[in-house]
Amino acid sequence: MAPQVKAQKPVKSGKKKSKTPLNTYLGGGLMRYSKTQMYKRRAQYRLKGTKRPIIKTTKTPVSVTKTIGGNKNGKERVVFTKKPKANFPTKTFVKKRAAKGTFSAHKRYIRRNMKPGRVLILLAGRHQGKRVVLLKVLPSGLLLVTGPFGLNSCPLRRVSQRYVIGCSTRLDLATVNVPEHINDEYFRRIKASKGKKQGEGDIFAAKKEKFVPSEQRKADQKTVDEQVLKVIKANPEGKFVRKYLQSMFSLTSSQYPHRMKF
Amino acid sequence: MPFQRFVETGRIAKLQHGPLRGRLVAIVDCIDQTRVLVDGPLTGVSRQEYRLNNLHLTKYRIKFPYHAPTRVVRKAWTAFDLQKKWKSSAWSAKSSSIVKRTTLNDFDRFKLRFAKRQRNKLLTIAFNTLKKRTKSDGTPRVLKKDRREKLRKLKAEKKTAPKK
Repeated sequence: MAPQVKAQKPVKSGKKKSKTPLNTYLGGGLMRYSKTQMYKRRAQYRLKGTKRPIIKTTKTPVSVTKTIGGNKNGKERVVFTKKPKANFPTKTFVKKRAAKGTFSAHKRYIRRNMKPGRVLILLAGRHQGKRVVLLKVLPSGLLLVTGPFGLNSCPLRRVSQRYVIGCSTRLDLATVNVPEHINDEYFRRIKASKGKKQGEGDIFAAKKEKFVPSEQRKADQKTVDEQVLKVIKANPEGKFVRKYLQSMFSLTSSQYPHRMKF
Repeated sequence: MPFQRFVETGRIAKLQHGPLRGRLVAIVDCIDQTRVLVDGPLTGVSRQEYRLNNLHLTKYRIKFPYHAPTRVVRKAWTAFDLQKKWKSSAWSAKSSSIVKRTTLNDFDRFKLRFAKRQRNKLLTIAFNTLKKRTKSDGTPRVLKKDRREKLRKLKAEKKTAPKK
């Protein structure tokens, strides 16, 4: 992944800048607001009678005259404090701008109810219809989710919030510690190594590699699920929560999801 | 059968439209064929005109002169003890159950389904045992199991009897 820090923390500057300018140019030498109007808008009457403090700035001289030894050197010379550029380009180059619109730099808009501990209903994919527990929101904007695997065989997984219904049921996941290494990188697909070309006949016979969970994943699944199951057990309605997570979601006749409460 | 519920002053009605939907009001005056003036001082409905299309009439009617001020409506309302009467009606029970159903969340719906399943399990067991023990004409049927138990009991009694 590209730098994740950018997506995590949008930098906040101290001063707020208004998006719309106070005054705009109308064309033909006219401004939208006159001088007196701007005086009002800027609330400059508050400053009436006050004097601006004079800030003394020390100017650094542009050049310094230096004495120089040697008889034939003219004794002194003017030296610029800032060295002038030694070389100037003969051709103007178009500067390459940094790509702004990359996915990693996008701002994430996570639905407000997507908080850790929520029970979600998955709407798409091979686990669709299952009720799962939201563990956290990853910097890529995807939701980290677990079944738990023992209850409904949904593993640790990333899902888009688009394909999810957030329920009002919550589990208190304060005690659950999701390992740091389970991040977006962790879930990346492992690319098959290239350069396996053997004969010409193999081009169309594409092999589908089956996903086999690694030992690492199995271990992580265990550690996370153990903690989540503990939380479920501690819940006063834990028995029902277990069954609830085991059950599948479906709509029956005369049930309209946009009218129902989740 | 002639009509029983009329659009008239003092008729209690239920609002069926907009944010005030589901609240009870008293009709204070008829404005024209389609609109009436309603007032619900105890149900949080301010005096306003309301379309008759969106008004469902109840069987209750309280008595006050037409175009009476809110103060008078409130007095008649409390004297009639409408809240109590309405709560005991079948209509209010039904509407409150509808509200309950619509406000269930996903987890509640699951719990309801689960409880229903448990109840039905017990019911089918009870039903099947009854079914086994009745003939098609309604008379009780004696099963083999019962006969065996009867014999066992007799045997046990015989064993104990000669000892005495």
